[in-house]
Amino acid sequence: MEKHRTDSQVKGVSTGTTILAAVFDGGVVIGSDSRASIGGEYVASKTINKVIQVHDRIFCCIAGSLADAQAVTKAAIFHLSFHSIQMETPPLVIAAASVLKELCYKNKEELQAGFITAGWDRKKGPQVYVVSLGGMLISQPVTIGGSGSTYIYGYIDAKYKPNMSREECLQFATNALALAMGRDNVSGGVAHLVVITETGVEHVVVPGNKLPKFHDE
Amino acid sequence: MAAAATMMPHFVQRISSQNDLVPDWTSQEVSTGTTIMAVEYDGGVVIGADSRTTTGAYIANRVTDKLTPIHERIFCCRSGSAADTQAIADVVTYQLGFHSIELDEPPLVETAANLFRASCYRYREELTAGILVAGWDRRKGGQVYCVPVGGMLVRQPVSVGGSGSTYIYGFMDSNYKPGLSKDQCLELTATALSLAMERDGSSGGVVRLATISEEGVERRVILGNQLPKFSTH
Repeated sequence: MEKHRTDSQVKGVSTGTTILAAVFDGGVVIGSDSRASIGGEYVASKTINKVIQVHDRIFCCIAGSLADAQAVTKAAIFHLSFHSIQMETPPLVIAAASVLKELCYKNKEELQAGFITAGWDRKKGPQVYVVSLGGMLISQPVTIGGSGSTYIYGYIDAKYKPNMSREECLQFATNALALAMGRDNVSGGVAHLVVITETGVEHVVVPGNKLPKFHDE
Repeated sequence: MAAAATMMPHFVQRISSQNDLVPDWTSQEVSTGTTIMAVEYDGGVVIGADSRTTTGAYIANRVTDKLTPIHERIFCCRSGSAADTQAIADVVTYQLGFHSIELDEPPLVETAANLFRASCYRYREELTAGILVAGWDRRKGGQVYCVPVGGMLVRQPVSVGGSGSTYIYGFMDSNYKPGLSKDQCLELTATALSLAMERDGSSGGVVRLATISEEGVERRVILGNQLPKFSTH
């Protein structure tokens, strides 16, 4: 039985975190908490934004070592903008995810970062991809990541339905983040959510005191 | 990429001197890496557990009964090392039985919980046991006490334990409300256990449920193919 390295064992600043993305009817919602911690003891930032825009309609969420994640996303943003200029068309979501995957897989020994990529493109509409620690890439309708995600697997399995409306999905994502932040000590702060559809991109920020409260709070 | 905090014992990493023909699990400790849950309602408690006992990757028992009677209306749900929890449960059953005879009345759930806590705390270095004590008594009605690894004791209206419990904290927080009826508690427990069993490799098999109230103990089993299914992805 091998011991898995948890986010809190990352050296330096880590996004011990909760990130998620879900497909709804006509778009995707991608979101995260906003806490960055060192060693699981000190909150380095209460308001960090872990939802990074890599192209017009493609966002990604980072988990793991903050330094690694920032370096990889910077490289990915460059690759992707170059690719989209060459192709003379907005990049596909899977292209963005593949760029991240290449970087993670080729440098798997040195890196400790995972990503969730979500976006909208003309070919396949709304999609969510997850690139895990070693560089695996898979597509899922809903996915969660980070240390806080373990506490909401049951909630996600029970509550996610395909083809939800935008409002339902936003509420689902907010609830899931609130539940995870309530149980995971290295997730917290505000909930950053981004809604991506064919027509555009909308940022929703839910401050801590406006998050849904549950029975024991 | 997500990491799970588990209540399973950490198996010592060994460079195995055995050859590849002998599987790993022959040298690993038997564990009830598990999912257990207990909920109070007005008039009693509902307890539930999965039924998988593992030695490493081998399922030693796929129909385990982790709901152990300690007294007529007091049960415990066991998680952690199978040997440790069986031994502690035996000791507490004896101690509680003796105490109840001395007292000449049914024992309190709090007494049973304290006996578990006493053993788990005193021998905390040697034991790996996470236990939920639940039952009914005349003084305080239905009660659930949590005695996790380390030997703490706390009463909670609803409690989950075992390696699979981490996956259902979110579901439990959002779906539990004070004042649920007995049937609602049964449904909540069965659903939560099914969700955990679907995600946790160390939990699975059937769902065993029991209701403990003034009337007595009612046990039931939900078989694998009758469990609610959730995977859409």
